[in-house]
This record gives sequence, structure tokens and C-alpha cells, in this order.
Amino acid sequence: MIRNPRDFYAGLLFVAFGVVALVIVQSYAIGTAARMGPGYFPRLLGILLVGGGIIQALIGLRSKSEIAVEWHWRPLLMLLIGVALFIVMTPWLGLIVATLVTSLVAMAASRDFRWQEALPVGAILGGAAAAVFVYGLGIPLPVWPWFMGR
Amino acid sequence: MDLLANLALGFDVAATPINLLYAFVGCVVGTLVGVLPGIGPVATIAMLLPITYGLEPVTALIMLAGIYYGASYGGSTTAILVNLPGEMSSVVTVLDGHQMARQGRAGAALSIAALGSFFAGSVATVVIAMFAPLLADLALKFDAAEYFSLMVLGLVSAVALAHGSVLKAILMTILGLLLGMIGTDVNSGVARFSFNTPELIDGIGFVAMTMGLFAFAEIAVNLERSAPSRVVAARIGSLWLTWKELVQSFPAVVRGSVVGMLLGILPGGGATLSSFASYTLEKKLAKDPSRFGKGAIEGVAGPESANNAGAQISFVPMLTLGIPSNAVMALMVGALIIHDIQPGPEIMTKTPHLFWGLVASMWIGNAMLVILNLPLIGLWVKLLSVPYRLLYPLILLCCAIGAYSTNNNMFDVWVAIVFGFLGYIFLKLECEPAPLLLGYILGPLLEENLRRALVLSRGDYTVFATRPMSAVMLVMAMGLLVLVLLPAIRNKRETVFQET
Repeated sequence: MIRNPRDFYAGLLFVAFGVVALVIVQSYAIGTAARMGPGYFPRLLGILLVGGGIIQALIGLRSKSEIAVEWHWRPLLMLLIGVALFIVMTPWLGLIVATLVTSLVAMAASRDFRWQEALPVGAILGGAAAAVFVYGLGIPLPVWPWFMGR
Repeated sequence: MDLLANLALGFDVAATPINLLYAFVGCVVGTLVGVLPGIGPVATIAMLLPITYGLEPVTALIMLAGIYYGASYGGSTTAILVNLPGEMSSVVTVLDGHQMARQGRAGAALSIAALGSFFAGSVATVVIAMFAPLLADLALKFDAAEYFSLMVLGLVSAVALAHGSVLKAILMTILGLLLGMIGTDVNSGVARFSFNTPELIDGIGFVAMTMGLFAFAEIAVNLERSAPSRVVAARIGSLWLTWKELVQSFPAVVRGSVVGMLLGILPGGGATLSSFASYTLEKKLAKDPSRFGKGAIEGVAGPESANNAGAQISFVPMLTLGIPSNAVMALMVGALIIHDIQPGPEIMTKTPHLFWGLVASMWIGNAMLVILNLPLIGLWVKLLSVPYRLLYPLILLCCAIGAYSTNNNMFDVWVAIVFGFLGYIFLKLECEPAPLLLGYILGPLLEENLRRALVLSRGDYTVFATRPMSAVMLVMAMGLLVLVLLPAIRNKRETVFQET
């Protein structure tokens, strides 16, 4: 029975990172303390991470308090999908359209989402992003879609 | 009279129109993010870093610094008027500040918060000018072994003084160190942990990483809760303090400044810890502690002075030793490295205008902030009516475009997405992201100095114990770790953070 999932899963997460590091480090030369190879220090860190992670997980198993973690994946995923769309769309649809879509998806992550509000806000953000970042600060991103002749 | 000559040089640099302009921009942006809950100085500085690439290093630093200490001014406004901390550093200000507002003394609370901060900031500027050179001189005598031990001490005390679980903070630091290993190893030329991705050969972009951990993950957590109502509680009333309030608060301002300066120099210290410690101290010293929580002006004056003193003094270890003491300072180190300046004792000798210009700009910035925050208070109050649901898409977009602009490459935006996902998991598991950032920034330096020390000692690890300064620092680090892990102290430490 996992008493404190926060501590337990945190421990497992650290162990996982440590194991990944240790596996990758296998292909690097370790060397000696006097002549360290590229694998020496990362291996040391990987060992510490695995060891500490195990202790952390045990603490979670033996904890006296029982606290459940509430995961709410929906808002997080909406935000991240919004940003991913920004990455994919900007090169061919341009900054204004990409910004509009990204802000709509991101705003839909909120409980108080309303189309009447989100559409104008997204359009304003799109225009402002082009004005400030591309025309103002000179960041090289296309503003208009590919078919509008750049 | 080195001090005066140095300060004169500093004011010459800081008072050029361009530097004044950027100090002002920094202070305005800092106040803005301070006033608005849900966005902090770390995410803001990460967002604005790419814009500073084209500026002179000193100008960039002046602006970024203004954001940091400006946020501690702005945070108090929200704390007092809305009963919500605008920033972590103003959490304790809510207690008595908002009570004062309910009693119709919001104006007085705002005044003492701003004036106390200004007093603390001015004292801190002079203290930095006097003591930073001494620390830099000491650091110039350091060899690789001492540097390694110093960084260990820095990382350990950052962990010890942070809130939350010590073990988790240590593990986050180690994970950060490992993330810092990503990219080409300078000694062997091997591209480590790069997964055959060319974009990773220079390491993970720290701007993108910070945005993911501090902005994306924060927004996701904020969206889980239903939006707290932001009703501005009361009329602000007169900004003038009564004579009685002045007499009550002045000693608290002085004590708060001292507490802030003592804690600000410690790694892990800075604004937040200072304000907590000052509140506890004021409550202990008060003749009638029961007044606290019911609108005691000392409970506003002390912590607000302390957080500003702490914020400014935390620049000292970063600039003189090259050791960032909190997440904001880690970003400053990153900013300096982008400008090809390695933070450390050489800054003061090689680029004195940078060091002294920044110090002088802090005093100028503080003066600007008093004006921005008192006469213009009505403007900031209006901003509070912007709901979070309109604010976070803006933050998200600025981050995405900002991450792209660091290398004009979408890869960095993917990095931000990955760290946003990880950051959410970390926050949910109560693993603070700040130690990870410190570890990430110090990772390559720590490895380099460990390597050099052991080359010189031909692989003999005792070098860290036989060199006296290194030994002292390692003993201090170990002592600190033992202290925070002892049950009695551990409970005490938790009460300091929970009392409020």
C-alpha cells in the first residue's frame, strides 16, 4: 500500500532518470579520478540519483500521512497542444493564424471559456504578436500564410 | 576613497539615457508582474531575456535586475489590497497588510511597504558597494578545489534554506546537474546525452527550459483551481503615515533591512525567505504579539523591507563568486554567459563598469519604484481587474515566441513543451523546480573544477579536505545538511514556513 504517493512517485521518477543516465553513460569512457573521461561525473550523478530516489520512494511507502495527488491533465495538455500547434502551423500559415489557433486552444483550457470573448482576444493577440515581435523586434517569423505571397 | 570613486563610475554608467530607460522599463515590468498574481519574476525574466541579446551587457542586466526587485514592490500592492500575494515574497504581507486595508489604512500600508523597501534598497546598495570587493578579493585566491567546495556549499545551502522536502530538493539539484551535462564535453569533445540531435550539441536551451518549468507548468496548476475573485477590498485612503505609525514602523524597517541582507547573501536566500524571517522576528519582539494578523504596521514594514534588501544582496554571491543563490540569479548567470561574460571575481576587475553600473542602477531603480508605486497606485489597481483567463494566453504566446527567438529555431519551443510537462509532474509531486535550475547552471562548472582539482592532485580526493578553505566550506556544507535533517530542527524549519 503506497501511503504517500507524492513521495513514492517522486522517488520512482528520480530512479528512472538515474537509470536512463547510467545506461547512456555506458558508451562513454569513464577514466580515472586523475584523468576523468566524459562518463566519470555523469555516472557519479546517476548513481546518486538512483540511490537517493530509492530512499525517497521508501519514505513514500512508510509515510504516516496519507495524501492523494489529484492530477488534472486536461488543462496541461490543452496548453501544450496549443503550443505544439504554434510550432507546426507558424512556418506555413504564418504568425497571425498560428497565434489565433494557439490562443483559442489555450483559452479552452480554462473553465470560463467563451467563444464571444476568445475569438476577439485571439485575433488581437495575433495582430499584436506580428506587430511587436516581427515588425518591432525583427524576429524572423512569417506573418502571413504561404499562399498570400510572402 | 575607492568606494566613492567606484560609486561615481557606477552612477556615470547607470545615468546614461539608455540605461535609465531600461532601468525604468525593468521597474515597470517588474511592478506589473509583481501586481499580477500568477506570473512571477522567473518566468518574466526568461521571456524577456531574448530581447536583451542585442543590448550592451550592463544595460541588459540593469533591466533584468529591475524586474526582480520591482516585482517585490508590486507584490505588496496586491497583498494589501486584494488579500492575495502577488509574489511569493509578499505572502506574509497579506496577513497584516490586508487587515490594515480593511481598517481603512490601505494607503498607509502601501506607503510603508514602498518607503521601507526604498530604505532597505538604499542601505543594501551601500553595503554591496562596501563588501562585494572584499568577497571578490577572497575569491581571487580560490583554486579549483576551493571552487568545487564553494559550489557544493552553495548548492547545499540552497537546498537547506528552500522550503519543502530536503531530499527532494537534493535530488532535483542532482537532476539539474545531469541536465547540465547535456551537450559537448569540453575536454573530450564527446557530445553527451545528445540523442544524436544536432540541436542538443550545445546543451538544452536554459531559457526554454525555464519557460517550461516556471511558466507552462505554473499556468497548468493555476488553471486547476477556480479563479480566486480579485475584489479590490477597500478605498486606498490617505497615503500619509501618522506619527504613531511612523514611530512603530521605523525600527521594523531597520531590522527588516538587516535580516534581508543577512539572509540574502546566503544561497537559497533572497526575497522570500527574508520576508518570512522578518515577520517571525517582528512578532517575537513585539510587546503585544496578539496585534499581529490584525493590522500591525510592523508586520508590513519589516517583511517588505526585508524582501527588497534580500533581493538586492542576492546579487553579491552571483557577481563576485559566480554562484547563483536562487532561480532568478541562475537566469542572470545565464544572461551573462550569453554575453560572453563569466560571472566571478574577475567581473569587478575586468568589467568594473558592469558591476558598479548595476549597483548604482539599483538605487536609481528603487527611487523610480517609489514614484511608480505610490502616486501611480491607481493605475496598478486597474490592472488587477484583468482576469487571469485573458492573461495566461498572452504569457503562453510570449514564451513560445521568446523560446523560438533564442536561436530562431522551433526546437527550443519543443524543449519548453517537454519541460512544461515535466514541470507539472514535479509541481504535483511537490518537487520545487528552483534547485534543478541552480544545478543546471552550475553543472558544467562543478564538473570542470572537480576535474581540474583532481588532475592537480593526481586523482587524490583528499585534496578537498587538506586545503584549508576548501575543508572549511565542505564542513559547513555537511554541518548544514546534518542540521536540516535533524528532526528537531526540521520541525522548526517547517514552522518557520508554515507559521504564516
